[in-house]
Amino acid sequence: MNDKVIVCEELTKQFGDFVAVNHISFDVRKGEIFGFLGANGAGKTTAMRILCGLSYPTSGKATVAGFDVYKQQESIKKNIGYMSQKFSLYENLTVVENIEFFGGVYGLSSAEIRRRSDRLVNKLGLAPEAKKLVGSLPLGWKQKLAFSVAIFHDPQIVFLDEPTGGVDPITRRQFWDMIYEAAAAGITVFVTTHYMDEAEYCNRITVMVDGKVEALDTPGNLKARFRAASMDEVFYQLARGAKRSAD
Amino acid sequence: MRMLRFILKKEFRQIFRDKTILAMMLVMPTVQLIILPLAMNFDVKNVNVAVVDNDHSSWSQQLINKIGASGYFRIVAAAPSFREALEYIEREQADVVLEIPPGFERNLVREGEQHIGVSVDAINGTKAALGGSYLLTVIADFNQHIRLNERGKPVPGKGVNIGITYSNWYNPLAEYRFYVVPAVMVLLLTLIAGFLSALNIVREKEMGTIEQINVTPIKKWQFILGKLIPFWVVGMVVFTLALTVERVVYGIWPVGSFALLYLFAAVYLVALLGFGLLVSTYTDSQLQAMFVAFFFVMIFMLMSGLFTAVDSMPGWAQDIAALTPVTHFVKVVRMIVLKGSTFADVQKEFLYLVAFAVVLNSWAIWNYRKTS
Ligand SMILES: Nc1ncnc2c1ncn2[C@@H]1O[C@H](COP(=O)(O)OP(=O)(O)OP(=O)(O)O)[C@@H](O)[C@H]1O
Ligand SMILES: [Mg+2]
Repeated sequence: MNDKVIVCEELTKQFGDFVAVNHISFDVRKGEIFGFLGANGAGKTTAMRILCGLSYPTSGKATVAGFDVYKQQESIKKNIGYMSQKFSLYENLTVVENIEFFGGVYGLSSAEIRRRSDRLVNKLGLAPEAKKLVGSLPLGWKQKLAFSVAIFHDPQIVFLDEPTGGVDPITRRQFWDMIYEAAAAGITVFVTTHYMDEAEYCNRITVMVDGKVEALDTPGNLKARFRAASMDEVFYQLARGAKRSAD
Repeated sequence: MRMLRFILKKEFRQIFRDKTILAMMLVMPTVQLIILPLAMNFDVKNVNVAVVDNDHSSWSQQLINKIGASGYFRIVAAAPSFREALEYIEREQADVVLEIPPGFERNLVREGEQHIGVSVDAINGTKAALGGSYLLTVIADFNQHIRLNERGKPVPGKGVNIGITYSNWYNPLAEYRFYVVPAVMVLLLTLIAGFLSALNIVREKEMGTIEQINVTPIKKWQFILGKLIPFWVVGMVVFTLALTVERVVYGIWPVGSFALLYLFAAVYLVALLGFGLLVSTYTDSQLQAMFVAFFFVMIFMLMSGLFTAVDSMPGWAQDIAALTPVTHFVKVVRMIVLKGSTFADVQKEFLYLVAFAVVLNSWAIWNYRKTS
């Protein structure tokens, strides 16, 4: 259990005077599904981008897969997968071309890419769409594809930033099945969400309010501590004092 | 290297997928190379001349006839005084006033020297200025004939054969074509390479796909090289197309070595693509990139000697001109295409361009940030 793949101590990110992420500390254990909750503007994306080596922290310490977020970003990148909040596969490439490109960039051999790509396309039921441009797919499929591409190279950790935003309930369920499958395969999942039912699916969750971590525990423990029937209520109790209003 | 292959595959796919851009890349230079030189016609014909003949001698009449017969001038008026001739310019009926002073014939015969007044309308600058200088050429030619005739047979009344001698010295039509067409080729190459590359990385920023790239272990140089190579190939194709159009439409065939020309084009493209990619790394939206690239490309164009002579710029402007790769490339293209210069003649320019290519691309790689 001392297998910590992400360690964060007093991690802070400031934009000018504005403290987007305010001295947050937590760690994530290998193989768990770690949920990151927070209202709009709480600082989830900012924190996640630092952990992915996309952004420099202002202060504090953090390691991901044992690598430092200040100096070893490129080593971190070899070991993680990332699905950003904004869809960021190439819309003017086909499903297969996107898979091939990202597979290649992560150093997989052409034969391996072809093998995995066939399997993936069949699993997603995208075989008829394999040669269509990604831009023409419905959102739910795009998101599933983006997730699949993020774990295509078998990373240790995958970061998912609101992977189910704007997706219908059935697709969301299927999406979580995929997340479970990845976790079962040994990939640590770090996921942000606004949906409280999804929070229940996580092993542990952090609730961020105005850049700070306000709570961190299993969903069961949190509900007990706040005497709440659902995560919805826990979140409401924690986040109602937030200054950074949603729009 | 393997990774670069995947990047290139992706870039080429994207280029070939966008049929509009692809067509623009190939059709635009061809069509423009056919049209632009015709529009940028610096050739001056039908310069309107108002003549003030204060001498009314047979020689002054001969000079006027000679000017009228040269094919470049139209004598629109014979005004009794300079002031009245100026009115033709004011009414835009004349571009140049030629004033023949009283005693023109007498002075020429006796002293072999005579001043003639040529006044030029500075509003329509190019036409009038060129017209003025043609006029001086005709007069100089006339002068020579007079001297010849004075020393030889004193037969001033005999009609002199005009045109042949001086059209050999100064053939505006041919001059302009050889001067402008290679310039337009350079212009097109610069526009295509400069803008396509400037807009490319920034497009990935706008679409958000750069985020997905930045989170992969791609090396910065691999990413930049992956952008550079496809546009370089496109640029070389455009260059070949342009050479073909030059040959077919204008009959211009490089006097110098093709290999040398291509070598320069290759290095020039790398330099210019480096410039575009650099702009791309500094900007956040395609609009910004467009404006920044436009700003610099305009300066490059106007200071490069594409259409004006660098030699006649003030010193500071010449310094700036030396700092733009376009200047060196234009110069070399003209030298190779028109004069047949060899590598030894253009060695210095080659080193300049290599330096630009190295500096601009290294700068772009340096300024491209995977972690912000
Ligand atoms: N580059 C930046 N410059 C300045 N402020 C920024 C920047 N990026 C984010 N912020 C600010 O930091 C705060 C946190 O943003 P962040 O995107 O991390 O929130 P979030 O929790 O992901 O919100 P959401 O649920 O809307 O995605 C916001 O107030 C945002 O405006
Ligand atoms: Mg966010």
